[in-house]
Amino acid sequence: MKGNEAMADAAVAAGCDAYFGYPITPQAELLERMARTMPEAGKVFVQAESEIGAINMALGAAATGAKVMVSTSSPGMSLMAEAMSYMAGSEVPIVLINVMRGGPGLGSIGPSQSDYFQATKGHGHGDYRVPVLAPASIAEAVELVADSFELAARYRTPVILLADGIQGQAMEPVVPTFRVPEWDTSEWSATGANGRAPRVVRSLHLLPEDLERHNVKLQAKYATITEREVRWAGEQLEDAEIVVVAYGTAARVARTAIERARADGLKVGLFRPITLWPFPSKALAELAPRLRAILVVELSAGQMIEDVRLSVEGVPVFFHGRTGGIVPTPSEVVDRLQVAWALTASKS
Amino acid sequence: MTAPLRPLVPGGATEQGPASTTPPVDARRLVYGHPASLAEKPTHYCPGCGHGIIHRLIAELLDELHLGPTTIGVASVGCSVFAYDYFHVDFVESPHGRAPAVATGVRRVNPDAFVFTYQGDGDLAAIGTAEIIHAAARGERISVVFVNNGIYGMTGGQMAPTTLLGQRTTSSPLGRDAGLAGYPIPITEMLALLPGVSYAARGSIADPSQVGKTKTMLRNAFQDQLAGGRTSIVEILSTCPVGWGMTPQDAMHHVANDVVDVYPLGVLADRRSPAKEA
Repeated sequence: MKGNEAMADAAVAAGCDAYFGYPITPQAELLERMARTMPEAGKVFVQAESEIGAINMALGAAATGAKVMVSTSSPGMSLMAEAMSYMAGSEVPIVLINVMRGGPGLGSIGPSQSDYFQATKGHGHGDYRVPVLAPASIAEAVELVADSFELAARYRTPVILLADGIQGQAMEPVVPTFRVPEWDTSEWSATGANGRAPRVVRSLHLLPEDLERHNVKLQAKYATITEREVRWAGEQLEDAEIVVVAYGTAARVARTAIERARADGLKVGLFRPITLWPFPSKALAELAPRLRAILVVELSAGQMIEDVRLSVEGVPVFFHGRTGGIVPTPSEVVDRLQVAWALTASKS
Repeated sequence: MTAPLRPLVPGGATEQGPASTTPPVDARRLVYGHPASLAEKPTHYCPGCGHGIIHRLIAELLDELHLGPTTIGVASVGCSVFAYDYFHVDFVESPHGRAPAVATGVRRVNPDAFVFTYQGDGDLAAIGTAEIIHAAARGERISVVFVNNGIYGMTGGQMAPTTLLGQRTTSSPLGRDAGLAGYPIPITEMLALLPGVSYAARGSIADPSQVGKTKTMLRNAFQDQLAGGRTSIVEILSTCPVGWGMTPQDAMHHVANDVVDVYPLGVLADRRSPAKEA
């Protein structure tokens, strides 16, 4: 299945009540798929007038307890930043798929990972984080759609599923078994005050002491998520002296590069974060002492590399990346691994 | 000698004529009270501000139409940002200008709810222009309460898209100049053109005769929503004495005499079906 369509089908199978979107390359097929399948399932589909319209429709629907998904690509994500802050502050759950493309600005329509900062540290204003999940295959993307809904409702937070243009457009085998996630919003949603006290879903807390109290509560939530929801995958780490840290499509490229490097006698492994927030810092830090080098590979000028550097001490961190919508090749990564190997000494 | 008093007992006759057929009632008959849907909390609005009147009209209608249990209101950003504190119904807070989009989301997943937005002129006709036009273009079944006082009250009295030419505000200190800042925007007239708008009207709260008519417009809008209509919008000319630098009475006179020349009162579009008496 095409990635965009597989993710759409996963959302419908997960019981998505409403999808709001706006056409933007390279995820227009997701919107188009939902335009057909959501009404067929008796659910809500709206093509909004802009990404601003779409994300605010999502805010409204989700505030009343509905299971809501939105999808977009990088420039559209920028427009959704304001509402992300409001949803984080109001504790409203949605799933947002960002199929990243080249930037900044209008950029290009090629794949990229240059929204890492935006997804994990940025978008809207204020002290907040949102869980960010990064699949490395279309099959994994399908699984993570259901997981995203579950995380969103469990913690009353927006969740970003961060994909790239390749994953949206490529076709890969997918086993069409989709999971229906847990979802319970009955405690807080604004559904009409029938037989109960009225509820207000809001982020305004004008009294400084009230807002601080609210922020402390949000921070405690983020601490809990960090403790419980970190995900990552490792390959060939047992004897690795150099580890490539990469996610999404970069991880796929790295996997091929690692095979070739191993054939050349280099002991290389792959550390693949699946949650970009919370970042698997602890796991990476535990690996670091026995490594001679880390190579970070990204489809960007280097964003995740900052979180890698924050996580490890005493290990040189190398980088390889391409921008502009260009995908690094396995050969480029192998070359970089050779350089890292040559410049460092074994720790064993 | 004084005339004997009429007896209070039904059926009792008097010298003057037959007894009253209205049974005596021990309790007082309540002819005016606090609407159940309006919270007891004192509002923060300024003396002479129209929000208090408009909140009350909405609350009376929510009571009369029994909408309390099914209402999901959408609050916006402006002086009325705290509107949700003054009504006993569920509310969703919207970012500035986005209320019609938020209301679209609310409506689409809650087909049986009563959904209304409460927005000021900056919220609806400046930052929120795209959202209101497209909600109306889609004909979303929501009621938009548009409070137009031609100024940005909450942020200290800056120029709004509906500020009159020549009007002094903190961001048009020499008076609004068309060459620099353009003309007041007739947004409701523009919306009235759209087939998705089933009812559009403009009222005011500037004098008692208008308050009743404005309530009728709101009732028409709310009932149209309940009857399966599309987008209804009631613009209500209101006052901002503090922002305008006027006394409350002068502010009311300004609306009744000057603002209505630029924003005339009346029904701007009526595509309700079947056609109802205004």
